[in-house]
Amino acid sequence: MYNASDLRKGLKILIDREPYVVVDFQFTKPGKGQALYRCKLRNMINGIMLDRTYRSVDTFEPANLEQRKMQYLYSQEGHFYFMDLQTYDQSALSAEQVGDTKNYLIDNLEVDVLLFDGRPIGLTLPNFVDLLVTHADPWAKGDSVAGDSKPVTLETGYTLRVPPFIEEGIKITVDTRTGEYVTRVK
Amino acid sequence: MSPGSNDLSSLLERETLAAKEPTLWLRARVLQAIRHFFTERNYLEVETPCLIPAPAPELHIDAIQAGSGFLHTSPELCMKRLLAAGCSRIFQVCKCFRQGERGGRHLPEFTLLEWYRAETDYLGLMAECEDMVGFVLEQLGLSPILEFQGKAVDLQKPWLRFTVQEAFERYASVPLEYALASGRFDEVLAVEIEPHLGFPKPLFLYQYPAALAALSRLAKHPPGAAERFELYAAGVELANAFSELIDPVEQRARFEEELAKRKQNGQTVYPMPEKFLRSLSSMPDSAGIALGVDRLVMLLSNQKEIDSVVTFTPEEL
Repeated sequence: MYNASDLRKGLKILIDREPYVVVDFQFTKPGKGQALYRCKLRNMINGIMLDRTYRSVDTFEPANLEQRKMQYLYSQEGHFYFMDLQTYDQSALSAEQVGDTKNYLIDNLEVDVLLFDGRPIGLTLPNFVDLLVTHADPWAKGDSVAGDSKPVTLETGYTLRVPPFIEEGIKITVDTRTGEYVTRVK
Repeated sequence: MSPGSNDLSSLLERETLAAKEPTLWLRARVLQAIRHFFTERNYLEVETPCLIPAPAPELHIDAIQAGSGFLHTSPELCMKRLLAAGCSRIFQVCKCFRQGERGGRHLPEFTLLEWYRAETDYLGLMAECEDMVGFVLEQLGLSPILEFQGKAVDLQKPWLRFTVQEAFERYASVPLEYALASGRFDEVLAVEIEPHLGFPKPLFLYQYPAALAALSRLAKHPPGAAERFELYAAGVELANAFSELIDPVEQRARFEEELAKRKQNGQTVYPMPEKFLRSLSSMPDSAGIALGVDRLVMLLSNQKEIDSVVTFTPEEL
């Protein structure tokens, strides 16, 4: 059980039986009045934002969340399937829950899947993933319009800008937090 | 670590503090100007103990325990005993301590300016507030029209005045009576009303419901209102003032009520401040005010966060 004074950015609590994460938090206290804890909360299942003002007497249930190391297996009919590396149980996430992380999902990639009451609700990627370049236009030397980078397509279908020397068939490291090219894999 | 140390955390600390230096200079000059103002007006500067056996019993103010006593949450009780003993004009600038108060405008250890004056009421203090801020601006060579977080604020007197009732009618989604009955007064005030108060000039919010003023005298008109005001500038609460309650019987009854509520909530129940209550019978008609110095510096230096106007925050210690 949490008290209002435990509220801070990143705290995960249960509201109406759903997990929420505090994304913004403000302590305020009108003169001689009661302490107020103004929170912006994000529903961890559907992403909906909520504004709530709590008082010192309010208490909260922690959300029963668990992270499990899983391996990405395959996608089928809008669902993405993962295997728990300890129990070998399979879990599925919807395309909506996977969101933009699908740009980095390659077979056998190890990710952290977030479970709420045992149900998968989202995933966290490793910060860096190595991906194969499947399409790259040859770089026209002296093409000043394109500057010093060019677009390429990766094995996941994701396109990004890379330095001109990157060619088809090369593996590159991408920062999954920014979606940007980091280096060529040696 | 040597003074010339170049490890990352000392570098960062030096940078943070260097960035604060202009604000710290301004802060020092504000403090000097405040002292100058009150000394010229024949106020005696006093220092009362920070460590006290019994803080004022107020429902929403939690004192920090220290040894067998508490750190004061304001110097109010000791200063009023001085008033009762015949010091008719006194002021104090001191650190005060309140458990759990930490936010963009709150520090658990903060600096209060309190001043008390005999033979005046809260209306007299409104005028003195206007004069004091005007004097500080003049001493610092600052323009009375300044910018705070992208909005212009004009500090020239006279300032604005709204009763609590008027502020609710103008800005709140629910009537004052409903907010009081449903226990939502503080929430409506903080969320819906406060952000509007103090534009384009500072504003005195006055005539508080009596239930919200534990140490204030009740007004003759209208009935049920306390002679209390809060001063706001640019949406920031700067000060709280009362015409002081000097009836020991009434004061004891209100303290008992506050203590009973604290007990009911499972909060620390403070000892009754008996010496203060005893002194009340010889206290003259008077008024007193507490002004947040950190907040005044925030306003004058256009700083959004209280962290920017103090040397170190609790998290940096």
